[in-house]
Amino acid sequence: MSSTMDSAADKRDQIQSRVASSLRRRHAKERRFRMFGLAAVMIGLAFVAVLFVSIFSRGLPAFWQSSMTLDVYFNPEILDVGPAPVRQQDESPRDFEQRQQSWRTRLTMANWNKVMQDALIAAKPELEEHRRSLRKLFTNGEKYRLRDMVAEDPSLIGQTHSVKLLADAEVDVWVRGNIDRSLPDSRLQLSPEVRRIADQLHDEGILKVAFSTVLFTNPDSRSSPASAGLAGAFMGSLFMMMVVICLAVPVGVASAIYLEEFAPQNKFVDLIEVNINNLAAVPSIVFGLLGASIFINYLRLPLSAPLVGGLVLSLMTLPTVIITTRSALKAVPPSIRQAALALGASRVQTVFQQVLPLAVPGILTGSIIGIAQALGETAPLLLIGMNAFVANIPATPFEQSTALPVQIYLWQGNEMRNFFEARTSAAIIVLVLLMITLNALAIWLRKKFETRW
Amino acid sequence: MDNMTLIVLLLILMGVAYQLGLTRSRAIARNTTGRMNSRPGYYGWLVALWCGLPALLVFILWTLLEPSVIRSVVLNQLPPEMADLTAQQADSLMRRLNDIASGYGVAGDPAAYEVAAAETLSRLRSIGELAKIAVMASLALAGLFLARGRIHADMRARNHVEKVINVGLLLCSGVAILTTVGIVFSMFGEAMRFFSFVPPTDFFFGTNWNPRFSSTGGNAYGDFGLLPLLWGTLMVSIIALLVAVPLGLMTAIFMAEYAPGWLRSFAKPVIEVLAGIPTIVYGVFALMVVGPFFSDLGALVGIQVRSTSALTAGFVMGVMIIPFVSSLSDDIITQVPQSLRDGSLGLGATKSETIRQVVLPAALPGIVGAFLLAASRAIGETMIVVLAAGNSPILHANPFEAVSTVTVTIVNQLTGDTDFASPQSLVAFALGLTLFVITLGLNVVALYIVRKYREQYD
Repeated sequence: MSSTMDSAADKRDQIQSRVASSLRRRHAKERRFRMFGLAAVMIGLAFVAVLFVSIFSRGLPAFWQSSMTLDVYFNPEILDVGPAPVRQQDESPRDFEQRQQSWRTRLTMANWNKVMQDALIAAKPELEEHRRSLRKLFTNGEKYRLRDMVAEDPSLIGQTHSVKLLADAEVDVWVRGNIDRSLPDSRLQLSPEVRRIADQLHDEGILKVAFSTVLFTNPDSRSSPASAGLAGAFMGSLFMMMVVICLAVPVGVASAIYLEEFAPQNKFVDLIEVNINNLAAVPSIVFGLLGASIFINYLRLPLSAPLVGGLVLSLMTLPTVIITTRSALKAVPPSIRQAALALGASRVQTVFQQVLPLAVPGILTGSIIGIAQALGETAPLLLIGMNAFVANIPATPFEQSTALPVQIYLWQGNEMRNFFEARTSAAIIVLVLLMITLNALAIWLRKKFETRW
Repeated sequence: MDNMTLIVLLLILMGVAYQLGLTRSRAIARNTTGRMNSRPGYYGWLVALWCGLPALLVFILWTLLEPSVIRSVVLNQLPPEMADLTAQQADSLMRRLNDIASGYGVAGDPAAYEVAAAETLSRLRSIGELAKIAVMASLALAGLFLARGRIHADMRARNHVEKVINVGLLLCSGVAILTTVGIVFSMFGEAMRFFSFVPPTDFFFGTNWNPRFSSTGGNAYGDFGLLPLLWGTLMVSIIALLVAVPLGLMTAIFMAEYAPGWLRSFAKPVIEVLAGIPTIVYGVFALMVVGPFFSDLGALVGIQVRSTSALTAGFVMGVMIIPFVSSLSDDIITQVPQSLRDGSLGLGATKSETIRQVVLPAALPGIVGAFLLAASRAIGETMIVVLAAGNSPILHANPFEAVSTVTVTIVNQLTGDTDFASPQSLVAFALGLTLFVITLGLNVVALYIVRKYREQYD
């Protein structure tokens, strides 16, 4: 009897210890699984952190640039171009423009380098003997900036003005130590003399690294990297966003209203719905091909124009706008519609006077998300020629232009690596901040007007 | 008068028409014993629409057609020895005539025939403009008074107005169809032109990609084999999925089943930030940070890793689609009914056992659908691969080497060059068509699986 009891107890102990050990194993497994999950989340967060830290740490310095604030004397002997032409009465506009152009050409041909060299020597007379090297200190674009100042106000000739002149990109790279200073002379762009003068000026505080708005005010520039800015690309993007707002948003909202509120159940409407779902998943570059083939090749619209870019981006964002608007309309409870219909309103009245006002926050959120998506898109724009180099700020949507993401693409490929790497990251910062602003606006709108039914 | 003023004037006229319709219907309402069919505003709208729409239609057609009509008239009246101008010569002549006609002047003295043509041009322009204004004004006024005159108590103004609104909405939703038709037709058309240069079998089964530049001339077009590009696309996408699927799925499981509220409400939006960042940013990030990092890492363990390689591009693309996988899977996991979990937990299973053996199998079709959608994302992605994959269209299986993909090649073949006649640029459309068909297929399958799964628990 006792032996059977013993063996039963043994068995129980055995089972218990087996269960206990298996439980331990299973709990350990549970903990491991949980850790994997947590690790995955942490890795995701770490990616976000690395992305932002690396971009900001690389890009922020580009907002500061080496420059010299000098008293520039607009020497009438050097700038001997005569008075600015005035339109005569019997002159055709073309002749006048030609005279004006030739005056501007003479102004451009004037020895601006000497003007700048004189200004620097006036600040530091012992540089006279190195006059030839001084030219390398200034970026090329400053000549044209001084010229434009005079062209705008010819009375400047003969006067002295304090002007902040940007240093050359190579000088900027050298002074700020963005290049290995121990490289042999043959691998450095600047001559030893220029490097010595730059260091000297930097030590004396004439050449300063100061916050610069060039990035925001100038268009892209090839001959003068230090004065390359984002203004042209920004205007291009702005025009494209305007086209998207004027086309994709109204058309998208209208078709969403039709599909959600009015469409009968038939084959045609099914076709539209399938279409929209598929369009939402079509790779963006396919829209670029569409634009290249139809807008550029067939309709002969201008290459590189923000209008065409905006059209392509509108087609691309249309499905996003439609889908988000539809879900905003779906979220309005049917009781509202039923109440309006029961009071004798027609369906159009119900939709436009009751449903739509309630869905506006959701529609706005969706539209903003669509616009943000369009703002960040690059690939289709490359196919319709928006990657052309454009040195002007476009004034209308029909002029050649680039866009912010395309400008990033162009700058990352620039061969002046150690200068443009920071510029590229700075452009990314501007783009990402714009996107964050748009998304924050969307979130704020959703939070502010969110209605729970 | 430029077009902008014309449109503004038309809008003002429509406003006036609205007012006229409104007052008229109110006057009728006062004088009749019965009640009006619609509210007064609808009569106003109806009159405004009758006033504005026909004129607007004429305006659009006129603006589109006028330049080509004037051009052909002007070119026809040129002296006979100028009859056979090429299109470009005609273009530059028209520009010259424009400059003369607008009084801006041209370089040198214009020839007699040019002056005559320019006169015709400016005469036609002013006639055209006057005619346009006259036609638009008469149409608008006619519409206005006709509609206003027809207002009476039984007129079903609201139904008419709503009909117009309905048609307008329908037209807007047709744009989506037009887009698809445009995509399919443009791709097919251009791809067919490409296949007239290169036989389809050479394209689809060729293993060499070496399109020579169109400027080298001759009939030697080089090789247009799709397979190296397709293989590159596949390799990069597989690497991306190897990164995104485990991380995304584990993130989704943790967020849906384990994470405390505060962590979820913080981490979910932060990870979704990854989805909102433009792809060009990822591309630059891959080029500047990830590529050199992998290259250094490879040097440490003695493997040669190129900084622009399938690995770099695939890894960064994987990071990009993590939020895509995780939010789709999250939705699907939370859709699994609680009763299934409760049943499993009630039988003594631990949470992870429940997840692995009950929740995931139940959610599997949806998750597979999410993976397919992610795969189609990865295949169509462009900028990351353009910057970070190295662009070398050679068949090899080494992920540490540079590859090229379908999207990269489309960009390379079609940028800078807008000559649509050479196979070198037309091939972009054949590639685009391939891409379109692949992603479309993946999406259709994915949506089918997701939809089928949803039916089970609804």
